[in-house]
Amino acid sequence: MQKYSVFSLIKNALTNHQNWDVVWRDPEPKKEYEAIIIGGGGHGLATAFYLAKYYNMKNIAILEKGWIGGGNVARNTTILRSNYMHDANSLFYDHGMQMWKDLSQELNYNVMYSPRGILNLAHSDAQLNAYARRGNSMRLNGIDVSLIGREEVKKMIPFADFTSNARFPIFGGLLQPIGGTARHDAVAWGYARAADDMGVDIIQHCEVNGFDIENGKLTGVQTSRGNIKTKKVGLCVAGSTSLLAEKLNMNLPMEAHVLQACVSEPVKPLLDGVVTFGAGHFYCSQSDKGEMVMGGDLDGYNSYAQRGNLPTIQHVLTEGVALFPNLSRLKILRTWGGVMDMSMDGSPIIDKTHIEGVYLNCGWCYGGFKATPVSGLTFAHTIANDTPHDLSIPFRLDRFNTGHLLDEKGLGTKTWIS
Amino acid sequence: MKKALEQKLGLVDMLEIKCPYCGDRSQNEFSYGGDATVKRPELNSEVNDLEWDSFVYYRDNPRGKHLELWHHISGCRQWFKVHRNTATHEIIQTLEMQEDL
Repeated sequence: MQKYSVFSLIKNALTNHQNWDVVWRDPEPKKEYEAIIIGGGGHGLATAFYLAKYYNMKNIAILEKGWIGGGNVARNTTILRSNYMHDANSLFYDHGMQMWKDLSQELNYNVMYSPRGILNLAHSDAQLNAYARRGNSMRLNGIDVSLIGREEVKKMIPFADFTSNARFPIFGGLLQPIGGTARHDAVAWGYARAADDMGVDIIQHCEVNGFDIENGKLTGVQTSRGNIKTKKVGLCVAGSTSLLAEKLNMNLPMEAHVLQACVSEPVKPLLDGVVTFGAGHFYCSQSDKGEMVMGGDLDGYNSYAQRGNLPTIQHVLTEGVALFPNLSRLKILRTWGGVMDMSMDGSPIIDKTHIEGVYLNCGWCYGGFKATPVSGLTFAHTIANDTPHDLSIPFRLDRFNTGHLLDEKGLGTKTWIS
Repeated sequence: MKKALEQKLGLVDMLEIKCPYCGDRSQNEFSYGGDATVKRPELNSEVNDLEWDSFVYYRDNPRGKHLELWHHISGCRQWFKVHRNTATHEIIQTLEMQEDL
């Protein structure tokens, strides 16, 4: 692999940038692989990368129906955080937060990791108490977080509505300083380039149509580019998991829902970190280009459409304007939608299945991006060793049968109530 | 005709749902109630864990035609069924609760 550095940049600048290597190859699928990852999103790419890096598997393929960086990895709002209350979640996601720190160096690709802090606002005493409880849980798990008052919040975001007319007055907030953002495309491209360098075949425009299973064991996959033999396959197809699971005769505790996000026209630096509104579902950060990146609720009905409707955008932006009145002067530049695997307890599933050689990574709801590195690492471990990683044991599929649910929000199975 | 085509192509800004009691109304007036094909196990019968788990957690989650519950919460407050395409958002038919496809 051609190493990216300031020297390679200068060298290539002298030749008008005509001599850069391709970032990853475009190989024809081989007849057989040691392991196949279905889905070339962030999680699939990370899984293949860690399988090659830590588990000594070299003959791996990633099969992607579309193209690298065309699915949810490019449709999220790029937020990194580990502000969960349950032990299983906070330990898992915080391991991921530690991995983000060195990811650019590890991949030799600038993922624009930017830990500028995530601030959850509280709009009542009761909410502030709940945040104190969550903050204490996080601290017990070794995660730095602080509860801050209204005056401190005012110093951080003076343009929020601090007037006596505010519909939802700000009482304070919970600040995780290490929270922030990373550039989602760069994460996909960086993992793809690094995985390709380790010999992983990234095969785009290759749809999996079926599985070959003999006596409860996987022997291969049927794809739009021919049949490929393999003994291990990992599903990283959040948004389409139920559709592939159906081909395996599996029913999953999951519904597909559309989640929209939007960006405003670019403005000068206004908002430093990530801010979430506590009286509804609205969150906001500012991209390096200056666009205000905003998101909120699911549209609220089953959907595979990758697009939503205006009522939800209007609802989310109404909350945004209640928090930041100056947003009302901005125009929306674009909106888009992605399909979420909404699991029935709001937590992901990383596990083996009843079919030998078939592994499942799904159910990320609307929080998968921040978990990309740790999901890849733990899923690679699960595939290579045929047993869950210590961090992902609580995310096994059988929790829906044993009752060990991980319902962080306490919403139960009504996934569309967000 | 044009409206039906637009809905089929997913070009509409919001869903227009035909409440069986009130007629066409905007999506804003409704709230969603989930998969209408999920059946609660019969009362007073032996129910094993698997049947309970299936009822509570497991869903078919189809890409395409989906029969689901909606509630006209800002209107007549009746629950009813909607036959809708989850890939295009096209609404094929709405039915009263006691009706089947």
